[in-house]
Amino acid sequence: MKTDARSELRRYITGAALSALLTAAAFWAVVSDGVTRGTALWIVGLCALAQIAAQLRFFLHIGAHTKREDLYLILFSVLLAGLMIGGTIWIMASLQTRMH
Amino acid sequence: MRTDPIFGRLDWSVTPFDDFAADPSLNEFVATAAAAMVPLGALAVIAFLTWKRLWGPLWRDWLTSADHKKIGIMYIVLAGVMLLRGVAEGAVMRTHQVTALDGGMLSAEHFAQLFSTHGTIMIFFVATPLVTGLMNFAVPLQIGARDVAFPVLNQVSLGLTAAGAGLVMVSLVIGKFGTGGWTMYPPYTGKAFSPGPGVDYWVWAIFISGIGSTLAGLNIAVTIYKNRAPGMRFLRMPMFTWTALCTSIMMVYAFPALTVASAMLMLDRYLDFRFFTNDLGGNMMQYANIFWMFGHPEVYIVVLPAYGVFSEVSATFSAKRLYGYNSLVIATMAIAVISFTVWLHHFFTMGQGANVNAAFGIATMIIAVPTGVKVYDWMATMFRGRVRLSVPIIYLVGFFFLFVFGGLTGVILANPTIDYQVHNSQFLVAHFHNVLIPGVLFGVLAGIHYWFPKAFGFRLHERHARWAAYLWFAGFSLAFLPLYWLGLMGMPRRAASYDNPAFEPVMWVAAGGAMLVVAALLLTLWTFYSSARDRAELACPLGDPWDGRSLEWAMPAPPPPYNFHALPYVKALDPFTIEKAEGTPYCAAERYEDVELPRNSALGLWIGAASGIMGFAMVWWIWWLAALGALAIIGGLIARAFVTDTTRTIPAAQVKRDHMAFLSRVRRARPVDRDKETAPANMGLADPEVPA
Repeated sequence: MKTDARSELRRYITGAALSALLTAAAFWAVVSDGVTRGTALWIVGLCALAQIAAQLRFFLHIGAHTKREDLYLILFSVLLAGLMIGGTIWIMASLQTRMH
Repeated sequence: MRTDPIFGRLDWSVTPFDDFAADPSLNEFVATAAAAMVPLGALAVIAFLTWKRLWGPLWRDWLTSADHKKIGIMYIVLAGVMLLRGVAEGAVMRTHQVTALDGGMLSAEHFAQLFSTHGTIMIFFVATPLVTGLMNFAVPLQIGARDVAFPVLNQVSLGLTAAGAGLVMVSLVIGKFGTGGWTMYPPYTGKAFSPGPGVDYWVWAIFISGIGSTLAGLNIAVTIYKNRAPGMRFLRMPMFTWTALCTSIMMVYAFPALTVASAMLMLDRYLDFRFFTNDLGGNMMQYANIFWMFGHPEVYIVVLPAYGVFSEVSATFSAKRLYGYNSLVIATMAIAVISFTVWLHHFFTMGQGANVNAAFGIATMIIAVPTGVKVYDWMATMFRGRVRLSVPIIYLVGFFFLFVFGGLTGVILANPTIDYQVHNSQFLVAHFHNVLIPGVLFGVLAGIHYWFPKAFGFRLHERHARWAAYLWFAGFSLAFLPLYWLGLMGMPRRAASYDNPAFEPVMWVAAGGAMLVVAALLLTLWTFYSSARDRAELACPLGDPWDGRSLEWAMPAPPPPYNFHALPYVKALDPFTIEKAEGTPYCAAERYEDVELPRNSALGLWIGAASGIMGFAMVWWIWWLAALGALAIIGGLIARAFVTDTTRTIPAAQVKRDHMAFLSRVRRARPVDRDKETAPANMGLADPEVPA
């Protein structure tokens, strides 16, 4: 029981540290002078994806042994995020081209 | 702007009272009278509670209770109070509009505040808490659970919603509300054009209550996933629970978008960010995009539980199995997903290309299909059933006529070319009231009438409630259907005055309808009062006044705090109907178990109060108080983490004793058949109809 609690704590600390690190990396990419705009966007995007993965793994305990229900929920989340993000890019890009 | 270190930008000139003293016009009189209602109403409630010595019971049994039934009822009471204000504002606006040919009794700014608060209140503090309250009350009872998955979180959700509602109420007395409509589109609501506290009231009310709604959705979804009774497979869940599941999942995904939109607007206004400004790289169109990513699913969030209620009442009051259960489940899930693909139809005219508009227009038309399936299913349920024309069925039939009409105008609006003609006109006002009132409000009123005896142990006065239902129908029809005509004549929405005399007679009709709506609301309130007065005559303590079909009707009314004496084993859909048909309802369990229930906690109240104070302080730039409020929230959460004794145990012997007492009362009672459903003889023991 005691080792369980300890490994649990270790997971949460690892998750928090990774999340902080990835957030800091995204900030660094924007703030630092050496990184071009395009590269910075890629870095921020990839850090965000990595952070989602880290939080699912360390905070929500999603792994190889999770139940089917969890998989459905993750797939549904991906679907909705895809709709929202994809829709936004499509709408705003269309707007952008017509504003010029 | 000058700010005081202690009072921020708050000073004595912010109430409407001194404006009235300076300029005693009708406009200021209306504002002052409305502002006076809030403290007077609060005083009246305080006086009543003190007079009846109800503070102790209020604290113990309600405010600190973690019982999902109590929290559900408090959600509905909160929504009821806000509904009073929302309807009153609607009536004032209609009155103004009959005088608004080349002028009007209210100033344009006052009118703009009215339509902004009216929309904000009706969507966020009436419709949302109404359906959240119904789900909170009914879902655990329907799935055989003793409480929701996170009872204290449930309190916190209610506290946050109440804090947001409180902020909107305070804005009536202290300062003014924003004038940007319920959607508060920037750049008009940005710092440059709306520097005052009005938009900040909206931003904080929405931010705080939006988080509460996200948490509430989370809670109900987890409850349905994890806390179902043994044997309650997904396809054995009552239809209301299905709609609650879809709605709560939608809340989890949609409300964060609102929180993000309001937080970004907040950053623009407080910290000079430039998300939505005209200049320096801001893009105000992005606000509309994010807001409606929430806003459209919200429409279905509030209407799906109403569909669930209609599914329950059409089966119960037709004494017939729900027609097309599986198709209703699929339609519900289809609506839940498709509702996330149509948000752009709220801003067809923003300037994106025709292909984008066409795609979202088609998606909008498609979402009408599953709703149509549902309407046919309910009609087929009633077809050749033994329909009792009681209050919920009256609302359902009213819904059939009016909602189908509203849905059709929705399909018309889904066509971008038509939307270009009628958007921003009264046609739109008519359309969304036409779906929200017959959809959500009628559904919730039917649900309240249906579950009220379960919650309180007595029925509502059938005759009064019937008249109220007819009045809602007539009032709605007169108040809103003429607006389609006005819209086609070219009257814009949100216009404080008009110069076309042809609008005026139609406005008179609509104002007459508004008066009927006020009468319907008052009669609804009177129904509650008169039913409480005659509760001895209307009592149905045995809990099954309507010959119900799902688990919640098998328990006494009001249900014991632990809901089920023994957790049922569910073998099919409509388990209670099957038990009654087989002659085996009301059986003693083989063994009883100790029941663990959550202890009372003041955490929800504490966090609600702290976040309300924090929001108020932020609106008025009282930074020290805001920091204190934030600290109180964090401190409350940390303090709660140290509370280890969170449950109390009800011993099995007591549960057994309660159950035996209930069963012996059932055995002594005389069952009534459906002809005497509304007679005093109906003690809540049904002589079941032959199941069909």
